[in-house]
Amino acid sequence: MPPLEIILPALVNGVLTGGVYALIALGLTLIYGVLHIVNFAHGSLLMLAMYGAWMLVSYFGVDPYLAVPILAAAMFVLGWGLYAGVIGRISRGEDRAILLATLGIAIVLDNLALVVFTGDTRTIDTPYSFAMIEAGPLLLSVPRLISFAVALVCAALLWAFMTRTDTGRAIRAVAREQDGARLVGIRPERIFALSYGIGVACLGVAACLLLPTFYVSPQVGNAFVLVSFTIVVLGGMGSFPGAVVGGLIIGVTESLGGLFLGESLGPIGISLVFIAVLLLRPAGLFGTTR
Amino acid sequence: MTDALRPSLLRLSASRMTRRRALATGIAGGIATLAMPGILRAQPAAIKLGLIHPVTGALAFSGSQCRKGGQTAIDDINAAGGIKSMGGAKIEPMYGDAQGRAEIASGLVDQMAEAGVAGFTGCFASTLGLAATQTAAKYNLPFSIDSGITDSLTTRGLKNVFRLFPNASSATNDGLATLDAINKAAGSPAKTVVIVHEDSDFGTGAAKLLNAKLPGIGLTVLSTIPHATPTRDFTNIALRIKAEKPDIVMMSNYQNEYVLLARTLVQQRVDLVAMYSLLGGGFNLKFAKEAPTVAENMMDFNHWYNPRNPAALAFRKRLEDSGATFTWELLLGYFAVRFLADGWERAGSSDKDKTIAALAASTYSSHFMPYGPTKMVDGQNVNAHCVGLQIQGGDIKVVWPAEFADAKPVYPRPKA
Amino acid sequence: MKRTLPVLIVLAALAPLALPSQFLVDLAMLTAFSALIGQGWNISGGFAGLTSFGHAAFFGIGAYTAAILQTRWGINPWFGLPVAAMLGAAAGAGIGFSAFRAGLRGSYFALVTLAFSEVFRIAANSAGITRGGLGILIPLRPGLANFQFTDRRASYLVALALLSLAMAVAFWLRRSRFGARLAALRENEDAAAALGIHLVRTKTQALALSGAITATGGVLYAQTFLYVDPSIAFGIERSVEMLLVVMIGGAGTVWGPVLGAIALHLIEDTSRSLIDTPGFAPMLYGVVLLAIVAFLPGGIAGIGRRHA
Repeated sequence: MPPLEIILPALVNGVLTGGVYALIALGLTLIYGVLHIVNFAHGSLLMLAMYGAWMLVSYFGVDPYLAVPILAAAMFVLGWGLYAGVIGRISRGEDRAILLATLGIAIVLDNLALVVFTGDTRTIDTPYSFAMIEAGPLLLSVPRLISFAVALVCAALLWAFMTRTDTGRAIRAVAREQDGARLVGIRPERIFALSYGIGVACLGVAACLLLPTFYVSPQVGNAFVLVSFTIVVLGGMGSFPGAVVGGLIIGVTESLGGLFLGESLGPIGISLVFIAVLLLRPAGLFGTTR
Repeated sequence: MTDALRPSLLRLSASRMTRRRALATGIAGGIATLAMPGILRAQPAAIKLGLIHPVTGALAFSGSQCRKGGQTAIDDINAAGGIKSMGGAKIEPMYGDAQGRAEIASGLVDQMAEAGVAGFTGCFASTLGLAATQTAAKYNLPFSIDSGITDSLTTRGLKNVFRLFPNASSATNDGLATLDAINKAAGSPAKTVVIVHEDSDFGTGAAKLLNAKLPGIGLTVLSTIPHATPTRDFTNIALRIKAEKPDIVMMSNYQNEYVLLARTLVQQRVDLVAMYSLLGGGFNLKFAKEAPTVAENMMDFNHWYNPRNPAALAFRKRLEDSGATFTWELLLGYFAVRFLADGWERAGSSDKDKTIAALAASTYSSHFMPYGPTKMVDGQNVNAHCVGLQIQGGDIKVVWPAEFADAKPVYPRPKA
Repeated sequence: MKRTLPVLIVLAALAPLALPSQFLVDLAMLTAFSALIGQGWNISGGFAGLTSFGHAAFFGIGAYTAAILQTRWGINPWFGLPVAAMLGAAAGAGIGFSAFRAGLRGSYFALVTLAFSEVFRIAANSAGITRGGLGILIPLRPGLANFQFTDRRASYLVALALLSLAMAVAFWLRRSRFGARLAALRENEDAAAALGIHLVRTKTQALALSGAITATGGVLYAQTFLYVDPSIAFGIERSVEMLLVVMIGGAGTVWGPVLGAIALHLIEDTSRSLIDTPGFAPMLYGVVLLAIVAFLPGGIAGIGRRHA
């Protein structure tokens, strides 16, 4: 049993990473809640966003945190376009067709990245990449703290958008009851595209927050797919608080798993959590059974 | 959903380039013949050499360096007139990207064998080399290993595999003897060790050997920590190390992870007598330049040139002037090819059986590695040795053994 | 015409053995291999409509079984075939039973299969028996008795034999009561249950059968390429390959996987002769998948056939 002095930092580390994971999960849960699509392309879109962030930082010298609004906007447009042009057209509403359509997009994006960027892992180096802050007995990584803070701010902004604005209310209306929404003049098709766009925009933000402490390669999409689905299933598909709580729990699980089981075996914890939730309580913590 | 669904019909990259090169050398040879009227000389056929390295993926940097070393050797040999005992036959390279996957390396061997290569060099990583050499054994084509370290590359009874450079056992034994000597010379300040290694052949093999031998030089292993390649977060590992408070951290891993681990240890303010790596993947001038405060005083036991040989210094200067970062992968890639070419030179032919016999009997000595002529036993050069290195003042110095050293070791490390 | 078609198919299948081109034999062997594992996926994914994203779990079990039996205990790899099939079936039954009893279907089922294959992959990466990340290199010992061949033609013949077995199972599904039950629960689960079909049991049986066949594909891979590691065995690329082959060729049809495998390899070969960067061909697969989903849900086999 590792001593407390290293469990505590691992725990805190997990919470910090979990904040960013929560943002990823928010996008996924929004897409599911409104479109009832399990967006299998989520991991690949995050990977693409990370490459976008990497390019902004490496070629244009933009600080990764300042790149957040740029990338969020770009990913929003991409998401909207993907839905309007591909998913919406192809799926015709059938469950398996939608699943395969998002899988197809994931395959295309993953390999497009491989073609364009090759398989090399890319990292960025910022002047504060290795800066640490002392907080009592803990040495906390500055980029992780900033990422956590930004993630929470964005989640709060998203929450405000969904509850306080008309568009947000329209989205929730469509999620709850499509035909009823149509009766009051909301066009579901536009809302679908909008929601997909917002969900993907979250990935744009998350990408900028992850890049300082992570790396990007064409394979990272796969790693994140399972993480994001585990969070959403754990928290409950379509539930906002679920995504946040789930994100934090999974961040901690991952960190402690790595600490106790070692870096090779650690990730198994997430897959096991996923299976356990699906088999035992598919509705998750905050979700409603369908 | 990435590539490499299966090892399959990969076309060789740069085949267009090699065709152009072959054309160029052919024309040059033709003109030379014309310039010597009365001497009828048939242009000897080029000898095809396959170079298989991971030039994309997690090992891209090192793989590319090995390939570049090989390229330089081929250029040098061809510029000096090719293989003289074969009438000046030039070497024609065929490049293959193993992408870091063993089955792709294997597939490339099959393809190149069919395309008529007379020999191979490669593959930087042990895992790739194991698969590729075995496939080459199907055709009994000679394979000159550049940087794979694992013993089993030459202990499987495959007659076609040759390694000019040290294997894991010799590197570990010598590396530990070096550490022992340096430690004792400083009054034995170090007593405990934590081993960090990457979890494939290279790292796992090294860790196993270390665990067996460290007690023999008076050092206790507190724990052995594996990790995957790639790993981007060493915080947990650094925390564990911090809690165990070892005197020395020994690492065996590749470029990115090596650098990241070193940086994280410094970041987490872990105090150590030394950071000592056996064949440290990231211990190179790139690291020394990009992170001078972290790199300073790190020690490594690795391949390097003999700094007392002026030819070595000239070679390094030449490559640095051409814009390359000088790393040991360049050296190994270079001499792996030169060794194989020397085999062709001795055999007077590129026939595979004759070449294999010539390589087995080789006493190749026109190199500037820190050892004498080769002596091949079952394909392994038993005279090969690594040397003790340390980054001092932003440069890599040989600190052990004394006959090749160009600086004294700084040990223990000054406190953070 | 009906008589000559089977003869033509057999001739076409055997042609690569007679022709001198090594390239054609390679292509044929890889195609037969893809068709074999595709047919494995087809049993559960096509005939029973259970879309799985984690079929590599069964493939990997087969590959590792062959590798471990040989390298650790010196057991002849031919024995590996039935053992692998049994283990594959057991895994199918285990995963199937737990998933179906929990009522997982559609996307949720696809995800849980993905999670299972990931668990296997990570476990294989750390376990001693699989030599972790090092993978298992099967020593080169060519010979029929060792299930290793230097001549690709022989490998192709074995692949054809296994594929024929898998096709036979598919044919049987077409005609048998069991197959009819699978079709019923694929079309409408509730109606099938109303007809008295035991959903959990039938679906589990389908997944077990599928697992068995897919595992034999794993054994074939191990013996042909002589190297297995966690990502080769359990990687998501393998699962996707099987799915692609079936969806492109036509899910739930007997010839779908064969047509899909041929199409996939043709795409790959032509695209590589144009642009030879890694990733280009698989990217095209994704595009083709999207096109199939949009315009041709029945796959190639569905062309000209009325949507039943």
